[in-house]
Amino acid sequence: MAINFSVNGKPVSVNAPERTRLLWVLREELKLTGTKFGCGAGQCGACMVHIDGERMFSCLIPASAVQGKAVTTIEGLSPNRMNALQRAWLAESVPQCGYCQSGQLMSAAALLAANPRPTRDEIKDHMSANVCRCGTYPRIVRAIERAVREG
Amino acid sequence: MTTTTLHSGVTRRQFMVGAAGLSFTILVDGCAALRPADRGGAGLAAAPADGSLKVNAWASLSTDGTIYIANPAVEMGQGSQTAIPLIIAEEMDADWSRVVIVPAAPDDKIYGNPGFRGLMYTAGSATVTGYWDVARTFGAQVRRVMMENAARKWDVPLAELSTEPSTVVHAKTGRRTSYGEIAAFAQIPATAPTIKPEELKKPGQYRLIGKDVMRVELPTKVNGTAQYSIDVQLPGMLYGAVLRGPVEGAAPASIDDAQARAVAGVVRIVRMPFGVGVIAETPWAAFEAKNALKVTWDRRARAFGHDSDKAIPVYSAAARDLGRAGKPWDTAGDARSAIQKAVKTYESEYVCDYSYHAQMEPLNSVASVSPAGDACEIWCGTQSQTMAVAAVAKALGIPVEKVKLNLTLLGGGFGRRGHRDEEFVVDSVLLSKEVKRPVKVLWTREDDVHNGRFRPLSVHFLRAGLDSSNRIVAWQHRVACDEITAFQDPVRYKGGGEKDFLAMAGSELRTYAIPNRLSEQLPQVTGIRTSSLRGIGFGPNKFATEAFLDEVAAKHGLDPVELRVQLLKNTPRGQAVIRAVVEMSDYRRARPGRGLGFSFIDYAGTMVAAVAEVSIDKTRGKVNVHDFWLALDPGIAVQPDNVVAQTESSIVYGLGLALTERITIKDGAVQQSNILDYGVPRMHDIPELHIRLMSTPNRPTGAGQMATPIVAPAISSAVFAASGARVRHMPFLPGRVLAAMA
Repeated sequence: MAINFSVNGKPVSVNAPERTRLLWVLREELKLTGTKFGCGAGQCGACMVHIDGERMFSCLIPASAVQGKAVTTIEGLSPNRMNALQRAWLAESVPQCGYCQSGQLMSAAALLAANPRPTRDEIKDHMSANVCRCGTYPRIVRAIERAVREG
Repeated sequence: MTTTTLHSGVTRRQFMVGAAGLSFTILVDGCAALRPADRGGAGLAAAPADGSLKVNAWASLSTDGTIYIANPAVEMGQGSQTAIPLIIAEEMDADWSRVVIVPAAPDDKIYGNPGFRGLMYTAGSATVTGYWDVARTFGAQVRRVMMENAARKWDVPLAELSTEPSTVVHAKTGRRTSYGEIAAFAQIPATAPTIKPEELKKPGQYRLIGKDVMRVELPTKVNGTAQYSIDVQLPGMLYGAVLRGPVEGAAPASIDDAQARAVAGVVRIVRMPFGVGVIAETPWAAFEAKNALKVTWDRRARAFGHDSDKAIPVYSAAARDLGRAGKPWDTAGDARSAIQKAVKTYESEYVCDYSYHAQMEPLNSVASVSPAGDACEIWCGTQSQTMAVAAVAKALGIPVEKVKLNLTLLGGGFGRRGHRDEEFVVDSVLLSKEVKRPVKVLWTREDDVHNGRFRPLSVHFLRAGLDSSNRIVAWQHRVACDEITAFQDPVRYKGGGEKDFLAMAGSELRTYAIPNRLSEQLPQVTGIRTSSLRGIGFGPNKFATEAFLDEVAAKHGLDPVELRVQLLKNTPRGQAVIRAVVEMSDYRRARPGRGLGFSFIDYAGTMVAAVAEVSIDKTRGKVNVHDFWLALDPGIAVQPDNVVAQTESSIVYGLGLALTERITIKDGAVQQSNILDYGVPRMHDIPELHIRLMSTPNRPTGAGQMATPIVAPAISSAVFAASGARVRHMPFLPGRVLAAMA
């Protein structure tokens, strides 16, 4: 079926079976490979994107469900690819293997959009949807707090 | 080799160094200048399209001042891609902001890690320590050649010259010339200058080592541009998925692919020796078709019938049967008779379940086999470039020179990506050969778990004997576990005296002053797929030894910290990290309702001491880890903040292994399927981490995984301190904690 939606502000039209997960359409059709495949089951958050501003597991969302909606991926997180979170991520040297970090950043951005001054416990609760096997969790907390501080 | 071709007016001179003899040859060549990325630090580049950087060289200098340094290691988050070139740049006195890092070609002879049996193999926290001498020596040779050329040009004695970053200086006359300027006229000696160890920089002279620089690939990891093999896109590429048998060696007995063939987009179904491959136009078609396959498997493979819960008593019986000799690993004195003569003996048994790497990027690879099948290009994230090339060449029956490797970043390694057969790379090669088109093979997470290769199930039987002065004088550690090395790397196993080092490492207690020691393996040949896993044998073996020491201390009325200090009487660096962690954690202060557990390990020379603070939910059996203090001395810390980051990472990894992560096997097949039922730690599971890096001016001994093995014994001892219950079966699942407390 033809699915029309916008990605990072640009309208796109793709042809994919209804049940196809958004993740694969983004990655293999639209070549937006910053969004990662980790578990295919909404258990790790590597695939996190924003759909109409809400964070969503793109590995679970059927592509047909984003008909008419606005999808934001890591590639569109900031106009120049370096917002306060991304700067803080570098300042704290967060990434190790880096594979989960697009999803972590998308989750963190959704958190700050809804709650610009989260407590540490709120950060931990929210970010526990995402897994980082390299264990960068302490640095993610510090980076989010730095982004809040430095804006 | 001596002709000079110029592109963009840049001359590039390459210094080649053989791995063994450091023979020195020079290649004058040309290529377009690659500019360092605009981030005020070293850049990162693929080899230029003209291929001139694929020659075997460690460094080359351009007349514009750009310095290209080859990186022999793979980058999986541990920072070697930055650290090794940084070490070379240090001794070169290179201006780091002008350094461009290029991947080294897959060639063990030139780029093999001297600390890893000459292989290009990134594992075991052995990269910095293994390349430490050659990297520094080669950097120093380049610097020397720069200085010799300046000395000739200025007609001054070499001894009057010094260097600043990328510049040779003659202080007497105030003359200065850059390495780029020298590259334009440099004469290169036929043999490499000899650099004596004492001519290398002393730690106090370092400009780069010991100062934090940003890891070169980091900016790409916050904006989605970092390239992993799963991200590779090629024109005309198809997608592959492979259904493997439930156990190693199982072959399809019958295949019903009627439903799979009916899936729109399926191109071909391929019978393989070990499974069934699906090739499709899209990943989702490949997955759907794979799921629609109905396959029965022949039952001849050994692992059928293996149940992990039934195996534990079998392994235990083997470990406890002292009449059965094991394969010795660590021996000193005569442990058996010393135990018999001991005034007091203690014994105990520890168990570790199978565990899984759970690297974030499920295994995958991309291959493009030539239509004639006589050449192949691969894109993959492997821990051994040369093993990957060799495995592909073998699968196709072609020479290794016909395999072109495009190494990508690795979305985690942890030991999963370095098996000799590189099966996840060969998958894409075999399928590409079938269709004569590029194929990206994707393992789903379920494939990654079901076809996982695990840290083995192990049962540890330990005995300790004390003399009348309360000193441990005898030690025996018998490890019954599935074999690892024989499966993971049969070549190395056979070539290395059939030692199962991946299973037994860490059972040696060389630092502890125990005169009579024996650690031995009772190998269990089960056919289960096994693997190195972060910390290798240190994980299970240090859990057993350190938790048992705590047990001996408690039973014998000894202080667990003082016991270690006494055992480390000949190891001041070990004592120093212990003193540090005791102070950091305020160890002597009692915490009502909480327990503190102490542990120490010497991991290949890196000294680590830790204290865990826990409380226990006595109704549910859940262990809550509140704080974790750790002090480590890895010698020189090349990148101090990265050592801390690796230590945080190691602790988090160790927490999962200690508390929640396990694989169970039923009839040879893995019972877990994904992240959730395997149980990896999340942010809300992580205690406050307090890390003290205690660099000392000693040879670096590794930092990538040194903390992982210390977590479980520290927690086990903390659980005992909090509850009086000894948890001896890892992971410490609530049911096990409740049973221990009952």
